[in-house]
Amino acid sequence: MSSKQEHAKRYWKENLKYVTLLLIIWFLVSYGCGILFKDALDTFEIGGFKLGFWFAQQGSIYVFVLLIFIYVRLMNKLDKKYGFNLDATKPKAP
Amino acid sequence: MSVQTWTYLLVGVTFVIYIGIAIWSRASSTKDFYVAGGGVSPWANGMATAADWMSAASFISMAGIIAFAGYDGSVYLMGWTGGYVLLALLLAPYLRKFGKFTVPDFIGERYYSKTARIVAVCCALLVSFTYVAGQMRGVGVVFSRFLEVDINTGVIIGMVIVLFYAVLGGMKGITYTQVAQYCVLIFAFMVPAIFISFQMTGNPIPQLGMGSTVNDGSGTYLLEKLNGLSTELGFSEYTNGTKSRMDVFAITLALMVGTAGLPHVIVRFFTVKRVKDARKSAGIALLLIAILYTTAPAVAVFAKTNLINTVSDQPYEEMPEWFKNWEQTGLLSYTDKNGDGTIQYVADVTKNELEIDRDIMVLANPEIANLPAWVIALVAAGGLAAALSTAAGLLLVISSSISHDLIKNVIKPSISEKGELLAARISATVAVVIAGYFGINPPGFVAAVVALAFGLAAASFFPAIVLGIFYKKMNKQGAVAGMIVGILLMLFYMLKYKFGVFDGGKEAVVELKENWWFGISPEGFGAVAMFVNYMVAIIVNAFTPTPPEAVQNMVENIRIPSGAGEATSH
Repeated sequence: MSSKQEHAKRYWKENLKYVTLLLIIWFLVSYGCGILFKDALDTFEIGGFKLGFWFAQQGSIYVFVLLIFIYVRLMNKLDKKYGFNLDATKPKAP
Repeated sequence: MSVQTWTYLLVGVTFVIYIGIAIWSRASSTKDFYVAGGGVSPWANGMATAADWMSAASFISMAGIIAFAGYDGSVYLMGWTGGYVLLALLLAPYLRKFGKFTVPDFIGERYYSKTARIVAVCCALLVSFTYVAGQMRGVGVVFSRFLEVDINTGVIIGMVIVLFYAVLGGMKGITYTQVAQYCVLIFAFMVPAIFISFQMTGNPIPQLGMGSTVNDGSGTYLLEKLNGLSTELGFSEYTNGTKSRMDVFAITLALMVGTAGLPHVIVRFFTVKRVKDARKSAGIALLLIAILYTTAPAVAVFAKTNLINTVSDQPYEEMPEWFKNWEQTGLLSYTDKNGDGTIQYVADVTKNELEIDRDIMVLANPEIANLPAWVIALVAAGGLAAALSTAAGLLLVISSSISHDLIKNVIKPSISEKGELLAARISATVAVVIAGYFGINPPGFVAAVVALAFGLAAASFFPAIVLGIFYKKMNKQGAVAGMIVGILLMLFYMLKYKFGVFDGGKEAVVELKENWWFGISPEGFGAVAMFVNYMVAIIVNAFTPTPPEAVQNMVENIRIPSGAGEATSH
């Protein structure tokens, strides 16, 4: 395996790590807080909302938006670190 | 000015804007036509994706469905937003790097097989046609209610408008009209919601108003009050719902995965310049969608509370004007079963005297809350924007599937650029006409088939694309077997448990509920079919040859963001 391939492989591994982590959060807020643990969370209230109900109809959606923007930031940094942030016209050897 | 004058004015002005944009952004090449030249900015693409995604169902029906389903309505809220996380993390950047024009393009090349491409084309056509028929119908309904023209005339006016900018401008025209349509529809949804939130709770932000205390000095929370009202009338608590947790789980998953697998959404991410822009515009799209999707449950709570307060146990004679207006449309009906002249709105069907169509909740909301005429007109313009933008996006998928995937790649590869562009325009025209036909003569099963569309996308496209990107050694035998088994299983389950085909028709469906696999409804079965697709694909893959070196290199290449260049032709 060439060093270029090694380099790409390391980048891919780090990407997978981020994706896994973010998808765990994605799962926990929607399927966890909004569905599976809804009844338990409903015993808590914030303002007029039962917490589980709030996660199902409001909270999970806010978290989804945040997750994508966090991913955008993480990946922009990762692209830079591995030199993959440059345009096609000016490829830089890694 | 009357409501009708306002409606003509607002709808007229928005239509002139859409046509103006279409003339300004004509498509001159196939690349313009399929992917808007590949140079759309992340913000413009985000807005266009949001308008593309939010259809008449999101704008008109969703808040109403939630108002009557309570907690169970969460499946739509989470399902139709959470899919964007999957799209942004698992699909959009890699498909952009792949850099072709359509979803069947990816399936066909990644699995080095014409069969795979043709299976993908069939799925894309099936999904898009069922969807677009519903949109055309939505256009007709809005026209007939607010402009008092015949539904069919409404459908034809809608057809002409869409035809104009989809055929002339292709993806380029569609993208920039969708940007304008997003602005119209979000403004039209938010204005009444803000007014009503302020009226009922004193808080102008609907998302917060929903969790505030009622504005009558009693100090009770709005949701608490609604829970109380619901149980008094014999319904289940608003914040609890009636579906089993297992089913809520499965439906949410099927809708999320289906969302991420819908070709008209995926194709939008081919239009941006770089991989990085694809990620960013997925985020922007979800942010813009979330504005409506977090407001809708609030509108649902306001409207339901308002409705119960206005009608329950009140004398029929004292009903306000909007009640009579909507009675005339047939969407609201009252039968005085016990002859006491007051309205009993209760859960017990033998005693309930009021039938309400769910669509009323958004459409009549401004009237129920006594808002000015221009706000009511705005809702009509917003509903049209939502339906037209989605219809146009779907038509583009249909026309590119035919002109690009079938004609250019299978039937006649020697076709010239000009010929392909002409073919794309002709197939768009034919698609509009077919969609219009279904809008005028809607098949009785539209709603059921739309649910099927999500299940199909979840059971076919999503696993094939994800495996194609994340599992380098996945071969064509595995992917094709997975897609076919997934689709057939989904079709079987829908036919059996939704239509009762094998047990003597629709009447048998209710009884069959007992036999649902794992207690999962047909709407949620896409989640199961998706897992079956994955399993079949991986097992078949283990016993068949690994894909050629060139394909594996291609997979390695799409995982790296640099060098995306522009969308290229073959």
